Amino acid sequence: MTSASPSPKSPEVSEKSKKYDRQLRLWGDHGQNKLERSQVCLINANATGTEILKSLVLPGCGSFVIVDGHRVTQEDIGNNFFLDVDSLNKSRAECAVRLLLELNADVAGEAIADHPDSLLNTDPKFFNRFTVVIGCHLGERVLATLSKVLWESGIPFLHVQTTGMIGWIRIQQNEHTIIESHPDNPKSDLRLDVPFPELVSHMDSIQLENREDTVKTPWLVLLYKALKSYISQGRQNENVSDCSPPERYPFSGKQKTEFKNYLREFLRSVGLEDMDDSFEEALKAVNTAILRTTVPDEVKAILEDAKTSKPENKFWILCAALKEFINDRDGQLPLRGVLPDMTADSEKYIKLQNVYRDKATKDANEIFDKACQIMKQSGKQGLSITVEEVRLFCKESHNLRLIRGYPIHEELASSPNSVLVDLAQNMEECDQELMFYIILRAHLRFHNEYSTYPGSDDSETDISRFKTTMMKMLNEWNTSVVAREDCIHEICRYGGAEIPSVAAFVGGTAAQEVIKIVTNQYVPLDNTFIYNAITSTTRSLKLAADL
Amino acid sequence: MGSKAGDSVDIPPERHAHVRKLLERPGPFTHPEFEPSKEAFDGFSSIVRVLIVGAGGLGCELLKNLSLLGVKQLHVIDMDTIDISNLNRQFLFRMTDVGSSKSETASKFINGRVQGAQVVAHHCKIQDKDSEFYRSFHVIVCGLDSIVARRWLNSMVCSLVEYNEDGSVKEETLIPIIDGGTEGFKGNARVIMPTMSPCIECTLDLYPPQVNFPLCTIANTPRLPEHCIEYVRILQWPKDNPFETETAIDGDDPNHINWIYEKSLERASQFGITGVTYRLTQGVVKRIIPAVASTNAVIAAACATEVFKLATSCSIPMDNYMVFSDVEGIYTYTYKAEKKENCIACSRSVTTLEFPLEVTLQRVIDYLKEDPDYQMKSPGVTAIVNGRNKTLFTHVIEQTKANLSKKMTELGIINNEVITVADETTPVARDFKITYKDAGMES
Repeated sequence: MTSASPSPKSPEVSEKSKKYDRQLRLWGDHGQNKLERSQVCLINANATGTEILKSLVLPGCGSFVIVDGHRVTQEDIGNNFFLDVDSLNKSRAECAVRLLLELNADVAGEAIADHPDSLLNTDPKFFNRFTVVIGCHLGERVLATLSKVLWESGIPFLHVQTTGMIGWIRIQQNEHTIIESHPDNPKSDLRLDVPFPELVSHMDSIQLENREDTVKTPWLVLLYKALKSYISQGRQNENVSDCSPPERYPFSGKQKTEFKNYLREFLRSVGLEDMDDSFEEALKAVNTAILRTTVPDEVKAILEDAKTSKPENKFWILCAALKEFINDRDGQLPLRGVLPDMTADSEKYIKLQNVYRDKATKDANEIFDKACQIMKQSGKQGLSITVEEVRLFCKESHNLRLIRGYPIHEELASSPNSVLVDLAQNMEECDQELMFYIILRAHLRFHNEYSTYPGSDDSETDISRFKTTMMKMLNEWNTSVVAREDCIHEICRYGGAEIPSVAAFVGGTAAQEVIKIVTNQYVPLDNTFIYNAITSTTRSLKLAADL
Repeated sequence: MGSKAGDSVDIPPERHAHVRKLLERPGPFTHPEFEPSKEAFDGFSSIVRVLIVGAGGLGCELLKNLSLLGVKQLHVIDMDTIDISNLNRQFLFRMTDVGSSKSETASKFINGRVQGAQVVAHHCKIQDKDSEFYRSFHVIVCGLDSIVARRWLNSMVCSLVEYNEDGSVKEETLIPIIDGGTEGFKGNARVIMPTMSPCIECTLDLYPPQVNFPLCTIANTPRLPEHCIEYVRILQWPKDNPFETETAIDGDDPNHINWIYEKSLERASQFGITGVTYRLTQGVVKRIIPAVASTNAVIAAACATEVFKLATSCSIPMDNYMVFSDVEGIYTYTYKAEKKENCIACSRSVTTLEFPLEVTLQRVIDYLKEDPDYQMKSPGVTAIVNGRNKTLFTHVIEQTKANLSKKMTELGIINNEVITVADETTPVARDFKITYKDAGMES
């Protein structure tokens, strides 16, 4: 596990961290630890199923179990890379486990050569041991039963299916909370509009007397000083109408343009020239750095959730602590303590950075104390929360995310009204993906009725059978939406075929959703995804119960 | 053991029943030329020749997908050997393969697993192959991480296009390129029909030039851990020569990375900078781009599907670009990127560059390197002066350096004269017409 003689000062670089280097840069060692503790269950090792497991075994999920009562057919060998010519007529679960395990010596795998429905009959709690369960091409009834069982036990569940050129991913999770959502463009948190005392005294201690000093000063200091003088001169109160409350800081685009002119004069007055780096940087920063310090709506909604008053796990305890903190602080989140890079003298920059960092640490410590208090009060002493965890939570408190799911069994028992409304509005030019969603629902129903996929043997006769199923379903849904003739013909052309490259696309995306779920990082799909390989387009839908 | 791939046994037709369904049945969304038949699969499977460029993250996936789709005649080209950090996604390689040829290991694996597959490996640079080699394929799929290699290949394939006397394109000389790229959780897949849809050079602005930290920041005012690492890499290493004199940094040598890591830590602590780690050090030194199995699987799958559509007409190929990201949910955007009318690779027009009359050769070369439309690496320039071919500059001939400071006009390049530029980004030299501002129409 260890590499060649690391020198005493250097960290040990294990084989494992070398092997996983490229992904550790995305979800870190802590994400990797969670992945390595995960136990994944796959039901049905068809082409899509093994593609999902491939992208979970490679990055090192802890272990997996394949539940599959099928025996390997010639067709399976032809479209599934993890079955070979020797697998013919053997248990598909066992063969796939054997070939998938070759991918990564750190992963354990087990085969259960049985069908999920018979497993559920003999041992209803069988699936409760897993971190996440993935079902591929499940029948409608098993899908509904499993959905109920897993919803009740709070285990995330994915149903994944590909049919010809069409793919379908459905994720069911009761509740998923994310601290590290890794937004592409995180907003800066500099508090220029509500400077904390330590920042004020640091800024006040800086004198901008000569050019030599000023050119090495971070733009943040320049911006602060300019803002202060701008506000003290009351420039911002010009043109303020009675209907909107006076804004002290230039938040709007119009105000920013005006402030930029002021800033230019100010920067020249402290000895900077137009071509100086900090001159340009300060002007550019006006748009991104002068923001109203608020709690984002998404975070507000999380903090207003009933679970903050009855916290049951770490996340909700931290949220409860955060809520108290915000109440104490007049609606301010803990400081992120992250400073963007800016042209400046090292010392001046580092000092400023430390002002922010120290304050962030102080805020985090306060929240840590509150969290400990709440743990005691709510009788959750069993949980342990570390200072590091709280610091991370505070740093990411702007980006917290909560997903509340919608169970598949309810989806199957009701009409997808939001989709139907969308479809009814633009029947002529609707997204093919929406149309395929309702067709896939009929596809499930058809399989339930006839135990075969439409077009399995003869696509011509199945077209009329499928149309009947489809029509019955639309009638039940009480909708005026009509299924598109061309899409029906296309789905019957497929006859339930799994095209290897379509399975690989859907398998890859589904696997990453599993990784997001088990690492609690990045934001998983909520909750339906349709892949259309005919047009190389996709569509995500959030299905929900009607209010 | 049963019969293995490579054996000349008959493959039962039901083996490919899934793919056959698509090729034996008519459908509403097929290409107008699509003719469903029982023979369509065998024709596609045995006739189509596909080249996969790169046997890395995308290449391994492409080999799997295309061989499962039934493509027998697959070639794969890659000059690289397997590194331990490839194993988290390049799923045809095992720990025991570290150090072996990627293309050879991957082909061997596929030929062993998929019955009927006849993958041919080319363990060499793409530049080692000539136009005859590239011309022999029906489709070329590109899974490269290098932009320069991508550009070279694109220019090669564009240069294979032949024209009729009336200026129209000889369609049989068009070889489609399917290009995939990934970075972390993001990726893109595109279909390039040379001369018909935008090529790599048409959309060169999609690859912004790499931004480096200013040297004065690194040397004098470091603020980030990266600044400290760059200081050690760029300035301290050549000065201290920690190993042997003039040893270049090897990002894969743990001793080298250790040394840089420790020196960077020292420098960081002098300035009160925190955050230098071994992983960051290696990331900065090797310019590591994060990579994960799933994104490679997705993008390669999208590319393979397009190859399948092109080769069988069972659906209409994408026109022409898809971006993918699964940072938040699963997001894709498919659109029609625009062709550039005067593209230096896929149009027949000679590009005109306009400069002031006193422009020097150096300035012209800098322009070709810096302009986002050209982004050349080390251009060499020749021209016909007084009826003779003259090398104005090439970095391999010392004497030509003296020309750099000379004005173009002094070198004999008069208004509307054509210069020919060679560069590593293209296998064929490019002609540019030079005109001068205020030079008037006469010359």
